[in-house]
Amino acid sequence: MSEENFPSDRYGPAERRMAEALVDLERRTLRAGEDAEACECREGMFPSLSRRGLLAGGVALGAAFAGNAVRADAPPGSVDYPVQPDPTREQGRMILDDGGYGSRSQFENEVRWRYPTDSLDSSWSMTPLASGQGIITPSGLHFERHHGGIPTIDPERHSLIVHGMVDRPLSLTVADLKRMPSVSRLHFIECSGNGLTEWVKPTLRTVQGTHGLTSTSEWTGVALSTVLREAGVQDGAAWILAEGSDAAVMTRSCPIDKAMDDAILAYAQNGEALRPEQGYPLRLLLPGFEGNTHIKWLRRLDVSDKPFMTREETSKYTDLMPDGKARIFTLDMDAKSVITFPSGAMKLPKPGFYEVSGLAWSGRGKVAKVEVSVDGGKTWTEAPLQEPVISKCHTRFRLPWVWDGTEAVLQSRCTDETGYLQPALKDLVAVRGTNSVYHLNAIQSWHVAPTGEVTNVHA
Amino acid sequence: MSMRELAIAGAIALAGLPALAEDTPATDAPRAFAAAVVPLPDTGEPTPPSPVIAGGGEVGATPGLERDFGIGRPATEDEIAAIDIDVMPDGTGLMEGSGTYAAGEALFAERCAACHGEALEGVKATGGPRLIGGRDTLATEKPVKTVESYWPYASTLIDYVHRAMPMDAPGSLTADEVYAVSAFILGQAGILGKDVTLDAESFGKIVMPNAEGFVSDPRPGAY
Repeated sequence: MSEENFPSDRYGPAERRMAEALVDLERRTLRAGEDAEACECREGMFPSLSRRGLLAGGVALGAAFAGNAVRADAPPGSVDYPVQPDPTREQGRMILDDGGYGSRSQFENEVRWRYPTDSLDSSWSMTPLASGQGIITPSGLHFERHHGGIPTIDPERHSLIVHGMVDRPLSLTVADLKRMPSVSRLHFIECSGNGLTEWVKPTLRTVQGTHGLTSTSEWTGVALSTVLREAGVQDGAAWILAEGSDAAVMTRSCPIDKAMDDAILAYAQNGEALRPEQGYPLRLLLPGFEGNTHIKWLRRLDVSDKPFMTREETSKYTDLMPDGKARIFTLDMDAKSVITFPSGAMKLPKPGFYEVSGLAWSGRGKVAKVEVSVDGGKTWTEAPLQEPVISKCHTRFRLPWVWDGTEAVLQSRCTDETGYLQPALKDLVAVRGTNSVYHLNAIQSWHVAPTGEVTNVHA
Repeated sequence: MSMRELAIAGAIALAGLPALAEDTPATDAPRAFAAAVVPLPDTGEPTPPSPVIAGGGEVGATPGLERDFGIGRPATEDEIAAIDIDVMPDGTGLMEGSGTYAAGEALFAERCAACHGEALEGVKATGGPRLIGGRDTLATEKPVKTVESYWPYASTLIDYVHRAMPMDAPGSLTADEVYAVSAFILGQAGILGKDVTLDAESFGKIVMPNAEGFVSDPRPGAY
């Protein structure tokens, strides 16, 4: 090591190693056509490699990750790096300066938004759909709904027990499940409470507030049918209780037909382990069913001939009709779509070209068609669907539009492959009234004023 | 220093204290987090995870490609009993024990009233819902959904109090306490006599006011 360049009274051993390595790297990069001897190493040959820069890098790289480079006012998930006046005139920051996991740009700031319930103990957060692109929701922006907080679970101490009407009750660790044949599929999860504020009048102002309880990920795990075959489901079995190991010990009943069809015991999301708030280390995925049934932190499956009638499927997640009767086990999420751009609380700067864009999805299969109206539903234009179009998955639609600067009402409606057409709100309310809380899948309307301001309206 | 050494240096710096990675817990103490990835000798690449096969009885004799993988192990009766806490409408899963309205009244004041209110009216700030009242409101403009007016099965109340209540110490109530606090709520709701001891037997006689209030899903085919 070069004691004269990086004296030990000013540089620690790790700093010196890194400095030497970087200098060596540059020397070899410059070697072609240059006399290596002429390239004498000296502090300052990298403008960014000052002692301060080295120290900052060392701190960021070091064990502490004590947040020295992360400022509280930088957007969550980003690191507050010094902005270079001219990034072509100095070396960029060192590789692995992020600790080896990565972070988003400090110039991106979209975050999940907590619905302002009175109690922090029972709440939900919503995906920022307005800034979303494509069909995948970044794992860190997937909506959340917890009924007893987010547990911190060591997967080495977690197992799944399968019992009840099975021939061979099983105990499976997450490591066991990872050894079994796996499946990966892109699916949306939507909370059936998505839009619950919007039954009577437009209430929330943005698409994050009106529709942010839906997100799409690639989910990887073991088909539930695979595990159930291993356990040997007995004749007469009709329902399965899924139970989580959070403070709510969340439970929902799932029909056995669904369990044997496309249900997944998921341990991964978007290519890595599930996020804690999404059920780490294991969650149930019931594609197309209401989000509440996708039990997170899954610890138990109890096979039975009857539904269990848990709190969540009786006192909650049942849909009260105008006659006072309530629908129970309304599990499927009907076809739905929403324009995410332009959407509520945005302002179009001036008339001109804009690409209308949005998401469509159905719990009953693929999206077959999306139509867009810019005149409040008087006329409709079919919007091209972006590939891939996947069953029970967000589908992106886009439509070029020239806004002429006059008042407009933007709407989208989707048809799924069963032929079901997304209804107008008045048609939904005519049947369900306004007290059913869940499963609002009506057409959303965004009003564009001549000023360019976009607002949530019922049209 | 070569790129390879640079990678190693980076890995060492990343690991912080390299000794951490080599620590194996001497006791069964819970882990706080995953150990840092261990660099492989020579190249310094992070060690990839290998499959883990826990000890214990294998399931299935001859491993197959499509089933009988021999993965996992049989769940024991004790393991199942330890977490098989669900209570069903027909009484399956009811705990042994009993509780009275009087015992439940004292318990409710101590453990439940802070969130649900002295008069079971609910406390908005805590998110603790109202538990009683609301009969004959379900078909009105302002339905009041409570245990009394809405819940179709008493088993759900017992199950939920047992598994998830109270908020500040979920799952902490004994079977007798669960029966007692359930007897108090059902007594306040006018569903169970205040002199009836609630247990697996008297449970069978409970009829919830809204037991017939639920219909199956008519979709698709109707909105």
